Amino acid sequence: MKRLSRKDLLDLESVSEAEIRLILDQAEAFREVALRPVKKVPALRGKTVINLFFEPSTRTATSFQLAAQRLSADVVDIKVADSSVKKGETLLDTVATFEAMDLSVLIMRTSHAGSAAMVAANTKASIVNAGDGMHEHPTQALLDLFTLRRHFGRIDGLEVAVVGDVLHSRVARSDVWGLLKLGAKVRLCGPTTLCPRDILGLWPGAPVKVFHDLREALEGVDAVQVLRIQMERLQRHLFPSTREYSRLYALTSERLAVAKPTCLVMHPGPMNRGLEISSGVADGPQSVIGEQVSNGVAVRMAVLYLLAGNEAEAA
Amino acid sequence: MNEPVERQLITGARLVDPAQGIDGECAVLVEEGRIAAVGAEALKQASGAAVVDAQGLWLLPGLVDLHVHLREPGQEGKETIASGTRAAAAGGVTTVVAMPNTVPAMDSVAIVELVRAKARAEGVVHVLPSAAITKGRQGAELTEIGELARAGVKVFTDDGDGVMNAELMRRALEYGAMFGALFMQHCEDKNLAHDGVMNEGPASLRLGLRGWPKAAEASMAARDAVLAEATGGRVHFAHLSGAQSLEIVRTAKAKGLNVTAETAPHFFALNDGWLLEHPYDTHGKMNPPLGSEADRLAVIRAIQDGTLDCIATDHAPHSSLDKNVEFDKAAFGILGLETSLALALEVLVHGGHVDAAKIVSLMSARPAELLGLKGRKGTLAKGADADLCLVDPDEAWVVDPEKFQSKSRNTPFTGMRLRGRVKRTMVSGRWVYEDGRGILA
Amino acid sequence: MVEPRLKAVLLDGPDLDRALTRMAHEILERHHGADGLALVGIKTRGEVLARRLAARIERIEKPAQPLHVGALDVTFYRDDTAARPARPAAASELPFSVEGRTVVLVDDVLYTGRTVRAALTALLDYGRAARVQLAVMVDRGLRELPIRADFVGKNVPTSARERVRVFLAETDGEDKVVIMEKEGGDR
Repeated sequence: MKRLSRKDLLDLESVSEAEIRLILDQAEAFREVALRPVKKVPALRGKTVINLFFEPSTRTATSFQLAAQRLSADVVDIKVADSSVKKGETLLDTVATFEAMDLSVLIMRTSHAGSAAMVAANTKASIVNAGDGMHEHPTQALLDLFTLRRHFGRIDGLEVAVVGDVLHSRVARSDVWGLLKLGAKVRLCGPTTLCPRDILGLWPGAPVKVFHDLREALEGVDAVQVLRIQMERLQRHLFPSTREYSRLYALTSERLAVAKPTCLVMHPGPMNRGLEISSGVADGPQSVIGEQVSNGVAVRMAVLYLLAGNEAEAA
Repeated sequence: MNEPVERQLITGARLVDPAQGIDGECAVLVEEGRIAAVGAEALKQASGAAVVDAQGLWLLPGLVDLHVHLREPGQEGKETIASGTRAAAAGGVTTVVAMPNTVPAMDSVAIVELVRAKARAEGVVHVLPSAAITKGRQGAELTEIGELARAGVKVFTDDGDGVMNAELMRRALEYGAMFGALFMQHCEDKNLAHDGVMNEGPASLRLGLRGWPKAAEASMAARDAVLAEATGGRVHFAHLSGAQSLEIVRTAKAKGLNVTAETAPHFFALNDGWLLEHPYDTHGKMNPPLGSEADRLAVIRAIQDGTLDCIATDHAPHSSLDKNVEFDKAAFGILGLETSLALALEVLVHGGHVDAAKIVSLMSARPAELLGLKGRKGTLAKGADADLCLVDPDEAWVVDPEKFQSKSRNTPFTGMRLRGRVKRTMVSGRWVYEDGRGILA
Repeated sequence: MVEPRLKAVLLDGPDLDRALTRMAHEILERHHGADGLALVGIKTRGEVLARRLAARIERIEKPAQPLHVGALDVTFYRDDTAARPARPAAASELPFSVEGRTVVLVDDVLYTGRTVRAALTALLDYGRAARVQLAVMVDRGLRELPIRADFVGKNVPTSARERVRVFLAETDGEDKVVIMEKEGGDR
């Protein structure tokens, strides 16, 4: 596969294995750009890229902004406070305004599942979903896959655990789609309220298992992705206290020891140190959390390059 | 509707009138807004009457829809009494019960009278206003049920919301029993439903949308079945959608409790898989949400065995402003008046689940009975109101909301091919709708 | 599209090898030795040629330090990106500093000059070289930009209807330079 024949990247559920490989291969080229003195290539020169973030995000927003800038695009960063109570301009009207300014790519993050898809169906620009509610966060999963591939040389056959609030996590969903498509086996782990067995219904017949015991889940795995616990879940009685959650599910060095000695520790960030992950593990030798971040820029450059480059075909 | 109407003889049609025990070719004579004679008598007395040859069509008593949102007063952009009743006529519905979640809510005689007056002046079919159970539908204080009952209100409901406070519901049932009030409960435990936007299940997991379990409906239904037993009050469950809720009604009826229930056409026609086929399409967002396939089949079974008494549309018009937004933000509700009969015929009759008489019972006779209008509506017996419709049960048509009488367009059935078309609708002895000509002046 | 038709073999394996040797000598002569020199091949075949040239230079006159060899992927710098969809690019590798160094760009065929122009722009993003020269196996003329080669394996005047292909053992299984004719003009 030489190019992506799609306008948007909204999820990984609909992306093929070949497309994922193309993006990861392309990301290798862009990773090298970050090592140069002048970290820029003119690939997207003259194109307009807009970051539209309705949810606060330092990490992802910065990553996308840098990615677009390093491609020499004209980048605008917009952070909007989204209130479902306050009636303001509709999302489609907001996007229509940008389209009138010759938008090439719109990167969106919202709290509402399906928003990116709705915008994509109503605009000519390419839409990149940077997270839509609980649904998906495809570029996070792509950079997670890229990180794994750089370390192991492959994804096929790896055993990867995803631990935490799987139910509400768009990162978890995208990760599982990506891992399965590239031939990995997945273990999901969390309390029954945050990691219900019903979630397996999304991937019938696939090598995904649900565990409620962290030690069992981690036994012999090649990598573990630790998910962030959000405080809102406490208010909905999904677990009794952070103390109890930590005692049962925090990734500590002691628990990590049952995984393979080469096991990688990953976290999409931001971390709650001491809650879902201990500082020792987060800063330890098996942690690749920092690499995930730098790989994120390269992967996002690849996504923007491959999507924006399709405009010529459409013209 | 005050002009003198000519006498009309409708012949050649198959009259489906379970209240009279008639299902077969039968003539009907209409005079001064009432049914003057039926069958051989009608033919005998017909001299001088205008003849309507309805060969090949079914003649049904006008449908009685217990659950319609006319949006007036307060939300006239979505629908008005005028447009909503036109939509009803196009669907063969000749009596609608108007839901009280208007702005302001219909929680006093003054507002109820306002709606009645508007309906008399601009309505094309009969409008029976319901009233709220609690003031402002806030769930805190009872409305003046006695006053409202004496002003002619038969149905009390906070629809849009359920009554969360069990003690308040108990007192409403006890007090309302004096007046024979029918309490229509919108079963939704807000704590279980929380901020869900669709049915909790595999579809909601895949779409990443917050799910709301059918337990939210069943738990309130169970509570109210208990309260009905304790108080002797009349409880009617609106728009039931879940297998568990239906089981609760089945058990209550078996015990002889005065519990009745309705469902809406979308619950026997669709399931939450529709949202997987049409991801994030807000035309699939309603309260209660579409259930699983098991729930849909349970609804059909409940229709067949009498657990469900009526089909009522929960016609909920919304403008594109309310629907053309992110799924989370979209308003709950879909249209129903102009597709309910066709869906019932297509899915239930052509689908082989029930016969025509059952449909008429569910959509006309039984709702009329629940409103205390047995003999006057829901039947075309001698002396009944001349509210009726002529239907071609086999005519296929494709749903196109642009052609609807309603002001709004929010239906998930766009493009669906349905068999069963309303050809003509009569209210109080006057033809008000004709397929192809629309609403008749 | 008509299949390209082989017209002639410009260089066979042994001749290609002799040309490489001559170019290696020329480079050494021009630079009075090879100290501090960097050879940067333009991907893909330019890289192969650069490595061969480096090996040849070291065999003739071993420099004090090993020669620096790198590879440049110029996909992102092409001037026709507006007209064509995004092409997949490989990673460049320049594991040394170009600052103040003499860099010899190496490519298989010099034609319009646009690829070399892109390479010069790319190289600039790595730093400021002291000087940049160009070595190519075949110069086929028909320049569209003011670019010229410093070291040439073979000069071959061609027409726009012709195509010159350099095959190398590492990438194509054999060493050969051919000229082909095809209908409908340009590559």
